[in-house]
Amino acid sequence: MAAQNFTERGMAVGLRALNRLAGNGLIDRFGLRDPAQRMLHGASKATVRTATRAGRTFAATHRLSQPARQPHSGAVDLFDLTPDEEQQMLRESVHEFALARLRPAAQAADEACAAPGDLVRQANELGLTMVGVPEELGGAVAERSAVTTVLMAEALAQGDMGIAVACLAPAGVSTALSLWGDADQQATYLPAFVGDNVPAAALALVEPRPLFNPFALQTRARRAGEGFVLAGVKSLVPRAGDAELFIVAAELEDSDPAGARRSHPALFIVESGAAGLSIEPEPAMGIRAAATGRLILEDVKLPAGALLGDGSRDVFAECVQLGRLGWCAVAVGASQSVLDHVIPYVNGRTAFGEPISSRQAVAFMVANIAIELDGMRLATYRAASRVDHGASFAREVSLARRLCAERGMAIGSDGVQLLGGHGYIKEHPVERWYRDLRAAGVMEGALVV
Amino acid sequence: MINLETPRKFEFLVSQAHQVATEIFRTNSRKYDRDEHSYPKELDMLAAMIDGMNAGGALSGAGAGSVGEGNGTRTAREGHGKQPARDRDVNRNASNMASLLGLTELSWGDVGLLLTMPRQGLGQAAIAAVANEEQLKRFGGKWAAMAITEPEAGSDSAAIRTTATLDGDEYVLNGEKIFVTAGDRAELIVVWATLDHEQGRAAIKSFVVERDNPGLILERLEHKLGIRASDTADLRLDDCRIPKDNLLGSPEIERGRGFAGVMQTFDNTRPLVAGMAIGVARACLERTRELLSEAGVEIDYDLPPHAQVAAASEFIAMESDWEASRLLTMQAAWMADNKKPNSLQASMAKAKAGRTATDIALRCVALCGSIGYGEGELLEKWARDVKILDLFEGTQQIQLLIVARQLLGKTSAELK
Repeated sequence: MAAQNFTERGMAVGLRALNRLAGNGLIDRFGLRDPAQRMLHGASKATVRTATRAGRTFAATHRLSQPARQPHSGAVDLFDLTPDEEQQMLRESVHEFALARLRPAAQAADEACAAPGDLVRQANELGLTMVGVPEELGGAVAERSAVTTVLMAEALAQGDMGIAVACLAPAGVSTALSLWGDADQQATYLPAFVGDNVPAAALALVEPRPLFNPFALQTRARRAGEGFVLAGVKSLVPRAGDAELFIVAAELEDSDPAGARRSHPALFIVESGAAGLSIEPEPAMGIRAAATGRLILEDVKLPAGALLGDGSRDVFAECVQLGRLGWCAVAVGASQSVLDHVIPYVNGRTAFGEPISSRQAVAFMVANIAIELDGMRLATYRAASRVDHGASFAREVSLARRLCAERGMAIGSDGVQLLGGHGYIKEHPVERWYRDLRAAGVMEGALVV
Repeated sequence: MINLETPRKFEFLVSQAHQVATEIFRTNSRKYDRDEHSYPKELDMLAAMIDGMNAGGALSGAGAGSVGEGNGTRTAREGHGKQPARDRDVNRNASNMASLLGLTELSWGDVGLLLTMPRQGLGQAAIAAVANEEQLKRFGGKWAAMAITEPEAGSDSAAIRTTATLDGDEYVLNGEKIFVTAGDRAELIVVWATLDHEQGRAAIKSFVVERDNPGLILERLEHKLGIRASDTADLRLDDCRIPKDNLLGSPEIERGRGFAGVMQTFDNTRPLVAGMAIGVARACLERTRELLSEAGVEIDYDLPPHAQVAAASEFIAMESDWEASRLLTMQAAWMADNKKPNSLQASMAKAKAGRTATDIALRCVALCGSIGYGEGELLEKWARDVKILDLFEGTQQIQLLIVARQLLGKTSAELK
């Protein structure tokens, strides 16, 4: 059995075992990072087009007879807001890691437009890329658990949203491959994501234009012989320069039985070494540590096996929805950081002889941050739990998305407002959260949970 | 395990409530909105039916009276340490959630009629929260109204001037109470009064007064913006004598404990009022969606806001705030059922639901144009009804004060 081989070869780190470690000193193992080892290549990147990373060779060492999928968890009847024990431990260890390591590195990573490589590696050790992978392929969780990923993403983003996106982008790819990959695709690509050396990878959905709509893509995929030829530009792709693997959304051109031309959006697996691929750095207002870039596809030839999920439109819609859920999760985490920061600030800052928090105008803003944040969080959890239970989730994701995009943005703005002029300067992190939180309404894809 | 769906075990209760809301509330909505102060006699038959269903367990929890049990604040007072470990690990969806779901559904029908349902008044929640066994037996199941507000003491309930003086085996109550929902129709009035002005909040207690007490005088019934089916009374207490056993909770004035007893009521009732707001807002959203659909507007949840018509985009925005309100309220009820102190979450839910529902109702009127504004639809009525839900049981601003004080660790003296 292929599944046993994966496990026997020690490619899987059991998340449950990791859990036990987390309780006693996983954080200590992260040691202090040598600043000299920082890979601050982002800052010095010229704004010229470069080749994508050469990347490793992905090859299946074991064939699967059929794709493996995580089953949905059994139906739970009772309303319950308590994460299970495994989720609590994971959330706690990720949260500790995020505050101890990500937060102190956030400002430099923001300036450098790159997440420190050792932090990303350490985050990988927490099993981010394994949660969405079926156990028989070396994954960590028996059942589908978007909730677990959401909880981990939220906790990670409390350290820094940009670095969190950098860490979570490969998980988006491994989850997508697990959900929609066929046996060959899973056997070829997933082993790398449950091993020690997780590749940088990203799902590329956004395109650079106003009024972008993921269901009307301009990147085209036409059939050529058995395979496909892709042409177009993808925007704000996390870690575009480092990525060894992309999942690219493109409009698949087809003809109906009568011969009329038509098209629908679909997902393609693209290795970074493919001819015709290049990247341009595309730093943005926020989530700069995610080293966003443009991915340019100039007649990139792909084999027949590159098409993910049989090119199904439903798969594509689900991908968009699950990606939005991931952006909701990091927005909830970043918004929580804002709340946690402004409370001591407004209590400590005095004006006219008393703390500014003694004024309703200030205190009510804090109350409203907490209220809206809790609403964002609950809506996000509800959508994620419906994913896990196998219920429909398009509507619930949409509602969570709207809340996180609009209320999250407002929380970022209120965070700066509450600190006044101090909020506008980089001595405080609120200006970064202001920039990061705007991403929740702009970004698509990438953080599939 | 995290799950935010409405439990199946309440489906029957909700569907029963939905039938009542559709068949009895909706059909009489406009009639009692026009005939303010006339008694909705259709409700007598309904109340009898609900009593029957309660006895049979079908609609148990549809009223406010059952929210006291399993309430977090009560547990907090008695101490968490007494809970056996296994009991704490069990997830409960109980009476608080059942009441919330039932009242939400009935409010979808008509919140004015709900508020004047015989024997379902919020006063029963006050009784359930602080009454002793003997009082529960004596007062349980009766129609109880709440009399808190005074002409000079609205949200600032600590400023209450109504006095209660012990005279032998009786308390003598004197003062004026306004905004008493069902104050003329109820059998019992739960009156907040002070035992001793000098001693501030700690001296404020709740007293049960029988409606037919000769010392309890109806001054007038108010004419209102909405919830016109529900009478709002102005009552005067004129040397009103009640048995001393009608004081709910402890008669001792305990300094420092302050308001605890009487304020507990609000932790129970705020999620219910939030639920009412959610019910009214859902009615608005559903009807608006139908009218939009007739106008050719369909909602596509997958499309970004800018990629669909503005009305569809606005609808999703309203629905998302509605969902946040609903989940915050479910959270508060769930915490109460699981004996977790929920005062913060109850106020958060009430604040969010009250303002969101008002906003939704008013925007739905605008989206539907003259049809929404005219009396041919109930949308304009819902938009008038809903505003009360951002006012009573603590205004929006009072909820924000409570939330802010808890978050910022401030006393009411530090954050006024």
